Amino acid sequence: MAITLTDTAAERVKAFLENRGKGVGLRLGVKTTGCSGMAYVLEFADEVAEEDQVFESNGVKIIVDPKSLLYLDGTELDYGKEGLNEGFRFNNPNVKDTCGCGESFTV
Amino acid sequence: MALLQISEPGQSANPHEHRLAAGIDLGTTNSLVATVRSGKAEPLPDEQGRILLPSVVHYRPDGPPEVGHDALEGATTDPLNTIASVKRFMGRGLEDVRSLGSRLPYEFVETDSAVPRFHTAGGDVSPVEVSAEILKVLRQRAEASLGGELTGVVITVPAYFDDAQRQATKDAARLAGLNVLRLLNEPTAAAVAYGLDKSAEGVIAVYDLGGGTFDISILRLNQGVFEVMATAGDSALGGDDFDRAIAEWIMQQAGIADDAGHHQLRRLMRDARAAKEALTEAERVPLKVELEDGSHWEGELDRETFHRLIDPLIQKTLIPSRRALRDAGVTPEEITAVVMVGGSTRVPRVRERVGEFFGQEPLVDINPDTVVAVGAAIQADILVGNKPDDEMLLLDVIPLSLGLETMGGLVEKIIPRNTTIPVARAQDFTTFKDGQTAMTIHVVQGERELVSDNRSLGRFTLRGIPPMVAGAARIRVTFQVDADGLLSVTAREETTGVQAGIEIKPSYGLTDAEIETMLRDSIEHAEDDVAARKLLEQQVEADRVLEALAVALVQDRDLLSEEERQRIDRAAAHLQAARDGTDHLAIKQALADLDAAAAGFVAKRMDSSIRKALAGHTIEEFADEQESN
Repeated sequence: MAITLTDTAAERVKAFLENRGKGVGLRLGVKTTGCSGMAYVLEFADEVAEEDQVFESNGVKIIVDPKSLLYLDGTELDYGKEGLNEGFRFNNPNVKDTCGCGESFTV
Repeated sequence: MALLQISEPGQSANPHEHRLAAGIDLGTTNSLVATVRSGKAEPLPDEQGRILLPSVVHYRPDGPPEVGHDALEGATTDPLNTIASVKRFMGRGLEDVRSLGSRLPYEFVETDSAVPRFHTAGGDVSPVEVSAEILKVLRQRAEASLGGELTGVVITVPAYFDDAQRQATKDAARLAGLNVLRLLNEPTAAAVAYGLDKSAEGVIAVYDLGGGTFDISILRLNQGVFEVMATAGDSALGGDDFDRAIAEWIMQQAGIADDAGHHQLRRLMRDARAAKEALTEAERVPLKVELEDGSHWEGELDRETFHRLIDPLIQKTLIPSRRALRDAGVTPEEITAVVMVGGSTRVPRVRERVGEFFGQEPLVDINPDTVVAVGAAIQADILVGNKPDDEMLLLDVIPLSLGLETMGGLVEKIIPRNTTIPVARAQDFTTFKDGQTAMTIHVVQGERELVSDNRSLGRFTLRGIPPMVAGAARIRVTFQVDADGLLSVTAREETTGVQAGIEIKPSYGLTDAEIETMLRDSIEHAEDDVAARKLLEQQVEADRVLEALAVALVQDRDLLSEEERQRIDRAAAHLQAARDGTDHLAIKQALADLDAAAAGFVAKRMDSSIRKALAGHTIEEFADEQESN
């Protein structure tokens, strides 16, 4: 069981956390919503719950709740640009299908 | 695969429901857009990595207008069709524009409309339309950068902008397809960008010298809350004036005549700006200017001369600074931080003089060109709901007093300047004449005592005041200013409980086309309007008389002979017909005729009512009553 960050993603997360001035790490998750059933959650984490799993990758703490982990295991979080747009990208091996926009998915 | 941003805990949006927000600094010289991504506010660059978009629009005979850097070229090669510094014209009338100076290299369309239009190869355009072109480019940049449609934007305006100018800015945004969450005063945005809300309590001066406007704001920070204590400034002073001062100096040195062509003036301004920017680092800059006859003038501008040229302009910024301090009731020693905003604060002389004035080193560590947009982006992010709760409450003030015209052309101030908004203030007024049924309320903005010296924002008429003696009616006039600094005025007649309320929007609260049409109509139909008003007044009078007559006929029909009754009925029918027509003079005549026809009836009624009052009584009784009184 593991979730990882690419070097670029880790660098960005560190910068964003520093800019924010607080937070223990990055929370990854899924919620059941969207046109294809599931959607990613990407949030700053201010606290770690008892049942949460914590991974460390490239110096960044990644916090995931056990339910989400079932859908996220093996995911690599990347950061990239598409034209003027830039942001985080989930490379998730569990995904069978995504909707046109790629914002929600099925496993 | 969509690109995601990091949200605040619990604030993750559902797919396709991202609340994308941006802050826009719509500047006189340059404009830019900023946004908050993964909690970090930053300006957004274009494809070439450039953040500043020159606020320049070049209209061409074929094809869409060029905006920004592409249009800059046109400023030299095609000056008449290239609109720069359009912000100066926002919400201004032709009169204002003329007073901006005769050196403006534009052709204005001679229209009977009060809104100036530039004559260009791409058609005649209004300042609102030009600004909308700039906003469209920024919108495209923001949407390409954020990967979706913008939910809303915060646009900054100088604290000095009056109602019409603010509304014109909103209209430009609407034309560009943007949803304006709020207009924010530029200095307030700058203070937000500096994150001063996170520091301790204090009094902050924001000195904002941009390309075309100067604003000084005194902000009080109290437990993370900003209150704008006072604002002052000059809406027609900025770095452009530095350039102009240098250009005029070059003209003097090189012997260029005052009536030089647009072409030459533009090039001089460009050279002047380059010289100014070079002097930030260098002690002296060489100058080379091509003259009309093709020969060249060569010279040199050193810092000392430059300082001599701009010192009077810097001095002009210190006068409002002193006024703002006075309005805020603070001394320079009480100021805990001085924030420098606007590209012109890069000029070392400006920093020096401002530092002397406030007795401390001003803060210059954030790029003065982008702080305002960054602050607006932070505010926009909060307003679209990307933060768990409103972390910041911004209190703004009214930059100029709002009031209305009273008898004799004097201004009665309802909301004094520097009142914090949103605010509502009411004041009671009364009628001037017996039986007055209407009252015109003329809304003005400014500090002067005479209406003619202030800016007229609009007027409306409250009709349907029940006729009563002068001074008996109570008209409550309410001025309301919303969080954007936009004003609505309502009037209500209160004594009788009769509801008669009217709301006005400032003239710029309409689409550009609507305003144009309205203004043109108001001029073309000015005579019609006067006639319509006269007609309405006569109709009101006719209705009043006919109703009184009907009541009288029911009561005292028996007093009339058949012949008299027929004559009155004919005159009344005639008046009714005239009243339903459109000729106010005919109604007036019919009213007079009825008056004459009913004269005998009125006299008999009076006699009759006296007799009725006396019937069954003796003279003695009245005498007794008089004694006992």
